[in-house]
Amino acid sequence: MSDLFTELAWLPKVPLDFRQSCRTLLHRADPGRAIAQLAGFALDENQLARLADAIERLRAAGRSLAPLVPFKLGVLGNATLEPLVPALVASAARHGIALECVRADYAQTMAEALTPDSVINRAQPDAVLLSLDYRGLPLTPGLGAGEAAANVADALRFVQELRTGFRRYGRALCIVQTVPPPPEALFGSFDRAAPATLRSLTAAFNSALAQSVAGTEDVMFDVAALAETVGLGRWHSPTQWNVAKFSFDSRFLPLYADHAGRILGALRGKSRRALVLDLDDTLWGGVVGDDGLEGIVIGQGDATGEAYLDVQRMALALRRRGVVLAVSSKNDESVARSVFLKHPEMLLRENHIAVFRANWSDKATNLRAIAAELSLGLDSLVFLDDNPAERGLIRELLPEVAVPELPEDPALYARTLAAAGYFESVAFSHEDGSRADFYQDNARRALLQTQAGDLDAYLASLEMRIVFRPFDATGRSRIAQLINKSNQFNLTTRRYSELDVAALESDPDVFTLQVRLIDAFGDNGMIGVIICRPLGVRAWEIDTWLMSCRVLGRRVEQMALRELLHHARLRGIERLVGRYIPTGRNAMVADHYRKLGFAPVEEVGSITTWEIAADAQIAPAPMVVDRTAFELVAAAEG
Amino acid sequence: MTLDAIYQRLTTILRDVFDDDTLVAGPDLTADQVDGWDSFAHLRVILTVEKAFNTTFSAAQISSLKNVGELAELIEAKVAK
Repeated sequence: MSDLFTELAWLPKVPLDFRQSCRTLLHRADPGRAIAQLAGFALDENQLARLADAIERLRAAGRSLAPLVPFKLGVLGNATLEPLVPALVASAARHGIALECVRADYAQTMAEALTPDSVINRAQPDAVLLSLDYRGLPLTPGLGAGEAAANVADALRFVQELRTGFRRYGRALCIVQTVPPPPEALFGSFDRAAPATLRSLTAAFNSALAQSVAGTEDVMFDVAALAETVGLGRWHSPTQWNVAKFSFDSRFLPLYADHAGRILGALRGKSRRALVLDLDDTLWGGVVGDDGLEGIVIGQGDATGEAYLDVQRMALALRRRGVVLAVSSKNDESVARSVFLKHPEMLLRENHIAVFRANWSDKATNLRAIAAELSLGLDSLVFLDDNPAERGLIRELLPEVAVPELPEDPALYARTLAAAGYFESVAFSHEDGSRADFYQDNARRALLQTQAGDLDAYLASLEMRIVFRPFDATGRSRIAQLINKSNQFNLTTRRYSELDVAALESDPDVFTLQVRLIDAFGDNGMIGVIICRPLGVRAWEIDTWLMSCRVLGRRVEQMALRELLHHARLRGIERLVGRYIPTGRNAMVADHYRKLGFAPVEEVGSITTWEIAADAQIAPAPMVVDRTAFELVAAAEG
Repeated sequence: MTLDAIYQRLTTILRDVFDDDTLVAGPDLTADQVDGWDSFAHLRVILTVEKAFNTTFSAAQISSLKNVGELAELIEAKVAK
């Protein structure tokens, strides 16, 4: 199991050719974009150093790092700083910053601040990071209550003088760190009550420091909170302190640097502004189009339902602090909206959502439209979706959008989203709170802009393998389940029991197909069921055609039709007849046969009938076909 | 874990730390022979090894290592426990 915080598990895993990609950065025409993309992976300390090396080389060669925004940071501290710098440089790129660091010598704190021509002051940085360790502050445990208060005041004055010095001589704002206390207690729980223990001294110092920052230009870096999040006992490494004066265990360097990067990004207006939410299995459990309003899992009293409530609660809290919310979902719009309107357990309601896009277009098109409607750049969006294929699509087509990886357990969705820190803010004003409303109004005025990205290239990158088999005992129960559960992508919605399905397996007159799809993200399982029955001589009627909505937009339908036609020809069939029987829930496939090249034959009431010749040529989609266990297959056709 | 397997993983680690695909971890390899293997790089090697083999070393162990052979033997002893 990977640790969410230590491993930056919201970021995608590092590709195997990462070092190679770093080396070729120098030859890229647009190194800034490429750097941002490489920085977007869950880099460990060595990988951060690699990327930082490449950035330094590009800078030395005078290359532009745009669209990354330049930022010069003084780095000062009373512990070892060398390893911080490359980690900061690479992590800042993840947050849109081309960072240049100016590092003071070890423990040259006060002299750096108060000497006008010190290394940092001479560089006139945009900000100075005061990376202070409690061991370098004048905090002395063991005194009485009165002395303890004076002691905290001394430590605070020390930091205050640094801040004043850098403002005066370096014209820089300061990023001030809280100090994590060591885990070693002196008395035990009483440490919290005794004023002169390190636990109490650091707590008093941290809280006074936070108050001293309010209303100034300087900003907080709550390293104490970071250490508490991962555990003080893990944060502090006595060995690494003794050997190299590392303030914290270097395994947390990527985490520390990412948090610092967020602050730099926030200072340059790079924090994200909008959260785009998928619906099925992201805001509630289940698929509303199939399971119905009553069938989805959301709400108190059910462990899974409460997990989804947590996601909604977090989205609402973010909205209250000014993050605008939008929806992108593959659903019928009326079905999707009905949950927001009618489900009693929903916390999110329609009036919280600035842009609601529930349709069957691909999500890249929808995200572009959402950004346009909100008049925001794509780099302001965060996209939350449980489906790894959708996440992959957006990362591929719209690399500017932040797309967190999600764990399998929905209980961890909210925590993962929060851990990613997309909405980092260094201050909060009253106007910030009403920003979501502003964008929402803006969206009502704005125009829709729809474009398709390079879908083909993306589909090819999915390395899809489609597997066709006739019905068999192994697939039987899943086939029956799909036949009885699928509502949306279901042309005729005919229900058959497991016994019926078993009978179809051995019926020589019937042609059956079960479809599985495997892609780069894993096995999607059975995603399609088709049943054809003889219609007079030399024709088949498609009795049942249903598919899982999970794989929509992958051209799987097209490949299934190719397969059907192939078997039809082998069996001397000349035409295929399909019917669409509307049920109120399968509107999404009303045009299914037309899109696949069938011709309309007749319309009786609302039922439409379609036909295609068995020798029709259907273009292949980018996937490998795996065809097994068909008895009659001759070698006549490949 | 065999010494061979340890050397194999050490090779991967050294290549990652020093960004040099020609490096091969062998018993006689020393820091002097590797471009950029200074005291901070040494710590990076050690910390990466600790993570990869899910173990930790004491300060004395970290500073006493003379060559990659000693590191490999130390890992072997730790991982065997």
